Amino acid sequence: MKTELLSGIVLDERAELTLGDLCRACCQHAEWIEQLVEEGILEPAGHNPAQWRFSGTSLQKAHIAMRLQRDLDINLAGVALALDLIDEIESLRALVCRLESQN
Amino acid sequence: MDFKDYYKIMGVKRDATQDDIKRSYRKLARKYHPDVSKHADAEARFKEVGEAYEVLKDPEKRAAYDQLGANWKAGQDFRPPPDWDAGFEFSGGGYTRADSAAYSDFFESLFGHGFGSAPPTGARGGFRARGEDHHAKVLIDLEDAYHGAAKTITLRSPELDAGGHVITREHSLNVKIPKGIRQGQKIRLSGQGAPGFGGGEAGDLYLEIEFRPHALYRVEGRDLYLDLPVAPWEAALGATIKTPTPAGPVDLKIPAGSSSERKLRLKGRGIPGNPPGDVYVVAQITLPSADSDQARDLYRKMEQELAFNPRSKMGV
Repeated sequence: MKTELLSGIVLDERAELTLGDLCRACCQHAEWIEQLVEEGILEPAGHNPAQWRFSGTSLQKAHIAMRLQRDLDINLAGVALALDLIDEIESLRALVCRLESQN
Repeated sequence: MDFKDYYKIMGVKRDATQDDIKRSYRKLARKYHPDVSKHADAEARFKEVGEAYEVLKDPEKRAAYDQLGANWKAGQDFRPPPDWDAGFEFSGGGYTRADSAAYSDFFESLFGHGFGSAPPTGARGGFRARGEDHHAKVLIDLEDAYHGAAKTITLRSPELDAGGHVITREHSLNVKIPKGIRQGQKIRLSGQGAPGFGGGEAGDLYLEIEFRPHALYRVEGRDLYLDLPVAPWEAALGATIKTPTPAGPVDLKIPAGSSSERKLRLKGRGIPGNPPGDVYVVAQITLPSADSDQARDLYRKMEQELAFNPRSKMGV
């Protein structure tokens, strides 16, 4: 049986998603995404919601925000803080890894 | 199936107040949340805590669970007694969360479809829902990131059959791995997740890229690190030597007077991209073994003629 070769999009800085794409991928209303932008959790390019372009990392952040909000019942300011701290912990972990592999 | 002690999982006594249970749940949920926790079994623990809370937070379910008795021990083989939930008045259906299929058989046997008399919410007419997103890891070789590749991945996902039982279904997908992909990056395949219900859209599939450990290279983002053995005279006098790179061997110039651990950069020879990564060659000065008279003579000659004290800076 011949299987079709599927290509997806790599969720990196270059991926460009519209507000609609992001809403569909998160199963959320546009208002929710707008709140994430207001809180500074997502930083789309473009001046108004119709022009917004989100990177692939925004989608990953939106997913984490969704889970944190749902599972831990924290508000968006708390989610924003948690995401910043997660980022910081990750870069520190990477640094520890690098330093350990040098010794 | 095994009996689950929801109180033990939640770390509270059987007479804990609803507030105690909520507090304990919040604490454990933060501790084991898969997005935050680095515990190896965070996801399993988080689910277990979620399941326990699902029962204990609801006074009706909790009361029903309590009347099973306090004599059950976690892990004991368990069958719910017939009509065990008779006499309770339930306000809702058994399931209160969309992903209850992920709960244990133990939960399913107690609070599954038949729990209470209200029909499960999913059975009402006109119900539509988007399918769940699926997540999977794909192991690739470093070489795949250099050249791009097609990978067949096999996914196992739990699904409900016509009778409402959870079955595991396997299916294979042939996925394009684009050139220049990095460790930890995610690929989104829209519509390849779980099918929707009642005409709802299918969910998406997210693939997380993980590199198999490589015998020669250490990967950091797009850059590669390679420990390259170098002879003492190559390091001391300088030399042009061959070094491997994933795209084939290249010539590398070792400057005279290089010390061990010296990093030499091969610009643009790392994982392709815009900009491409670099390969860092870390010189490892390797001594020839003194296992012949000739080798020993050469070392002695160096000792006599070089007047070299590697510890001179230490004042000894």
